[in-house]
Amino acid sequence: MSGVRTASGPVIPNFGQGTACLRHNHWFCPSWVQQHWSDTLQPALIQHIYLVLITVSIGFAISFALALVAFRFRWLGPPLGAFSDFVYCLPSIALFTILVPITGITVTTIVIPLIAYSLFVLYPNILAGLRGLPPEVLESARGMGLTRLQTFRRVELPLAVPAIMAGVRVATVASIAIATIAADLIHYGLGAPIFDALDQPDIFRTELLAAGALAILLALTADVLLALLQRALTPWSRVS
Amino acid sequence: MVASLFVDSLRFIPDNAGLLLHKAAGLAVLAFTALGIALLIALPLGLWLGHRHRGLFFALGTSSIGRAMPSIALIGVFIALLGVGFWNTAVALVILAVPPILTNAYVAVDGVDRDVVEAARGMGLTERQILAQVELPLGLPLVLTGIRIAAVFVIATATLAGIAGQPGGLGDIIVNPATYGESGVLAAAFCVAAIALLTAFVLSLAQRAVSRRLAPRA
Repeated sequence: MSGVRTASGPVIPNFGQGTACLRHNHWFCPSWVQQHWSDTLQPALIQHIYLVLITVSIGFAISFALALVAFRFRWLGPPLGAFSDFVYCLPSIALFTILVPITGITVTTIVIPLIAYSLFVLYPNILAGLRGLPPEVLESARGMGLTRLQTFRRVELPLAVPAIMAGVRVATVASIAIATIAADLIHYGLGAPIFDALDQPDIFRTELLAAGALAILLALTADVLLALLQRALTPWSRVS
Repeated sequence: MVASLFVDSLRFIPDNAGLLLHKAAGLAVLAFTALGIALLIALPLGLWLGHRHRGLFFALGTSSIGRAMPSIALIGVFIALLGVGFWNTAVALVILAVPPILTNAYVAVDGVDRDVVEAARGMGLTERQILAQVELPLGLPLVLTGIRIAAVFVIATATLAGIAGQPGGLGDIIVNPATYGESGVLAAAFCVAAIALLTAFVLSLAQRAVSRRLAPRA
């Protein structure tokens, strides 16, 4: 099969002058990555980081506010949880498609569904972190004469940090993966080279693999950085 | 505009019930095939590794790489490798479904109280009996949670098969607003969410039934 393709010459547009590696559409051609790093891959990577930073910071702010409300008014917890479960079950590609006529071909269209998904992970984690304190800890805080606000700021919030950070890590990694799908409609982020590669007649393998690998590397790097941040935020957990 | 879209999509469902049912069946066959294969691979492996308390790094590593994997790139790689087809898409979905099942099965069995396991061993149970009669029942809620996460994920991701060129599921409608309209896209999305929520609901019923059976009787 591959012999036939080579003889007739596969249709591989806009790759520049084709090396043998590209003409045979091998799995990974380092020369292509080197040539197109600065005009294709690097801009896509920076756009992707930008998307994820917006998503996680806005998602965190909303989830934190929701969790505080549900923490204060306990009866609100189950309905908020059910709503975020429902949103999580909607396929991302459908949300992106529906938003295009409303918010246009913009970054906003990508970020709104991503924020909605991040709520599903962040909100329950923040709430579980705040609610998970042993009653003795709260009792002793009260015994030490702390007011309600002081208890929250100095006891409940710091002790909730591990659960909150676990949520932030999962939400960040998931956003990096889901953001690639938006590029089917909006040519932005690391999904753009992935879909460009899929749109080629024979699937341009080098571009697909390079962009996919970059997305995975970005996710793993973000996960490690957040794990280090968590360690820095909870110095007491290292004493043992 | 948003409200009318919502109403239109709710109208789309009864008007096109036949089409939606047909496409939903296609999606369900693909998703549940992949989920079934993933269960056959990940469940025994995770339970066994957890029982031996080995391979923590492997179990957690697969889960974090699995979560980081952009699903569309993975489906693309399999299409480049094997061509478009039902089984090729299913294989990509299996790879996405394995990590959560594997990790939760591992953590569930690994976390069972060691004293309980020692007691069972002292009573003369074989290793296989310990796994089947002690560790699995005690860890079952966590195992089922992993299956639920994988099920929701696979059902939502199976719609992407439509983009990658594998027809036959609700994804066909979702990636084709030009034909079915925005309301059709939203209606199909509701159907996907309904399948996912229904699956999650059935699994949580199973979880509840199991934990009730295991609860000590008064």
